[in-house]
Amino acid sequence: MEVIVFLVPLALLLGLFGLLGFLWSLKNGQYDDLDGAAWRAISDDDGTPARPVELRSESRP
Amino acid sequence: MQATRDFSHYVKHLGSGLAHIDLAVEGVSCAGCISKIERGLSAIPDVTLARVNLTDRRVALEWKEGALDPARFIDRLAELGYKAYPFEAVTAEAVEAENSRFLLRCLGVAAFATMNVMMLSIPVWSGNVSDMLPEQRDFFHWISALIALPAAAYAGQPFFRSAFNALRTGNVNMDVPISIGVILTLATSIVETIGHAEHAYFDAPIMLLTFLLVGRYLDQNMRRRTRAVAGNLAALKAETATKFVGPDEISVVPAAAVMAGDIVLLRPGERSAIDGTVIDGRSEIDQSLITGETLHAAVEPGSEVYAGSLNISGSLRIRVSAASEGTLLAEIQRLLDHAVQVRSRYVQLADRASRLYAPVVHVTAFLTMIGWLIAGASFHDSIITAITVLIITCPCALGLAIPTVQTVASGAMFRAGVLLNSGDAIERVVAVDRIIFDKTGTLTLPEFDVVNSAAVPADVVELAGRLALASHHPVAAALARAAGAKSPLPGITEQPGQGVRGILKGEEVRLGSPTFCKADGLANEILSRDPEASVVAFARGEKRYVFAVCQSMRPDARAVIAALQKRGVAVEIISGDREPAVRAAAEMLQIPEWRAGVTPADKIARIEELKRQGFKVMMVGDGLNDAPSLAAAHVSMSPISAAHLSQATADLVFLGNRLAPVIASLDHSRKALHLMRQNLYLAVGYNFLAVPIAILGFVTPPIAAAAMSGSSILVMLNALRGRHVPQETL
Repeated sequence: MEVIVFLVPLALLLGLFGLLGFLWSLKNGQYDDLDGAAWRAISDDDGTPARPVELRSESRP
Repeated sequence: MQATRDFSHYVKHLGSGLAHIDLAVEGVSCAGCISKIERGLSAIPDVTLARVNLTDRRVALEWKEGALDPARFIDRLAELGYKAYPFEAVTAEAVEAENSRFLLRCLGVAAFATMNVMMLSIPVWSGNVSDMLPEQRDFFHWISALIALPAAAYAGQPFFRSAFNALRTGNVNMDVPISIGVILTLATSIVETIGHAEHAYFDAPIMLLTFLLVGRYLDQNMRRRTRAVAGNLAALKAETATKFVGPDEISVVPAAAVMAGDIVLLRPGERSAIDGTVIDGRSEIDQSLITGETLHAAVEPGSEVYAGSLNISGSLRIRVSAASEGTLLAEIQRLLDHAVQVRSRYVQLADRASRLYAPVVHVTAFLTMIGWLIAGASFHDSIITAITVLIITCPCALGLAIPTVQTVASGAMFRAGVLLNSGDAIERVVAVDRIIFDKTGTLTLPEFDVVNSAAVPADVVELAGRLALASHHPVAAALARAAGAKSPLPGITEQPGQGVRGILKGEEVRLGSPTFCKADGLANEILSRDPEASVVAFARGEKRYVFAVCQSMRPDARAVIAALQKRGVAVEIISGDREPAVRAAAEMLQIPEWRAGVTPADKIARIEELKRQGFKVMMVGDGLNDAPSLAAAHVSMSPISAAHLSQATADLVFLGNRLAPVIASLDHSRKALHLMRQNLYLAVGYNFLAVPIAILGFVTPPIAAAAMSGSSILVMLNALRGRHVPQETL
């Protein structure tokens, strides 16, 4: 059971990395616009506007 | 004379050759808007950053200094279909934002510590009933201490500070028992750990801090959000002035950049942003926002003009005066300061609860210790039992009971079109049994509206509307709006003080005063029926039409008043306007009590009188003249169109053209207070159950942890019920 002497501090160290990550993201302003972040996740930001769906109209009557 | 727009007041210089500006943008609501705006603005050369904040409805822009004029961003946004205004963050908002971030940091630290201490505590709890070695237990306890102590020292700051401040001024608030509980528990746990004891309570205090910080953060976030909205409103109101920068050169500048002694131009249809004296020009001005009086006042060189006045007919040159002591504004400010002082004596529900709570808890803990000593227990065991009483009574659920409900209720009210300006507004709205309405701009719509457009042929309305686009007169603007006119007629000339005229297909068309259009007969007929209306006449060839324009009632005013009366709330009108106008409104809305021609001081006197009779008065008003009475009333509300000062004073602000938010605020607040009380009972009831167990000495760390999280979750879930309040359709 001596292994817990290493495992517990190791677990805490990993947790500490998580905390530092959180503090960094907070400082970085990632919690300033929660509504916007929700929408940005689903927007296409490849720089070019989505091509209008007109391909089907090319098949002439 | 074309005015240039000067936004340099709002531009921040970041150094390293970059400039920064914040714009408040109207109508941003979705992902599409974000990318449209960001791409649209980034496409301008030399722009280095364009970022939309959807929560606050703002855009931050940075560009290479000197390369661009900020006015270009506003034009670009207008092309994209968004109205934008330069925005200057007020200090109060920056402070709220910083507080909010600090609380989130504390919450992060506390949550991290709670999870890790819990990870160590659960093996100890299960080890105590199986075969954990005492050395292993001590090791776990020491590591817990290593995490919990610094975390509590950091994350407990908001509570320790507030408790210290309260104690220094001789008061007790909820943070005092919290701080004492946390510090004592941690100290005991260390002593116990040193003594190789079986139980240590490192998990309970840090978990308590985590739950409480959730409540604090929610509360703070709600306040920050309201501030942001209020800040945007201030920017949208676009307090600008047209300043003379040369003899014939004008520039549109923010009102804050205008100094005393400057000369500004006030064109017809513009609202003055400054106080000053007319030095050139004659006009009529509408001071209804300031005095409530709807009759226009004539001004000439030498007349005083106050901020908030609307210029009606002619252009004015005004010299800005700084020395405004003794003016109307100064008088209003003085009344306001007094009223605000009186009101701050109100004690919030949470504080009242904690004033009762703290002494009871500490006396109970003390008596427990004495009791166990008398019963023959050792000093050590007595103290430990007394401290478990403190831990179990620590007002965890109590600390969450009110902020969670407030957050949920304010969100629901936001959706119903009501913004909360002050934190205790909900509690105060509930007690209201009498509502005083101002008439102009509150019961009526703030803008003019054409009332008889149905009596005029549709093509005439359309033509008159297009003609009206050529005029700056507010009545003409109302006509253009009502007709939905977009394209002005070509070749129209304006005859100052008379109207506009032009030639259409060989026929002369005129729009203006009845005399100008030779339609006095028709106009008098309308005026005799409705003395409140303003008239504008239209002539085409030999045909004559007259439009009646007035501030019409908010569409649901009648229904809202009836609904209020049904709820047992008495309603009355107090207005600075003339008697016939107020009487007509009162009759139409079936309000038996009304007063006309009332000065700001008399409004306060009436509210004081009602207060003495034991009424809890809500004041709903928008004018500058209402600001002191808004502050004097038990609780107050303003429409979004209100004067700056009034809006800042009001506890609640409502959006839109309808009056229904008044009802919504009442219903939501009643439901919220009901839930707050329920939550307090839940929290206290839980203590009633848990305290005897603690006094008898049966509380072990797992029981304390389970009880604390259980009651907190219960209270949070109960608060969520405030989201839905049945709304009647009006």
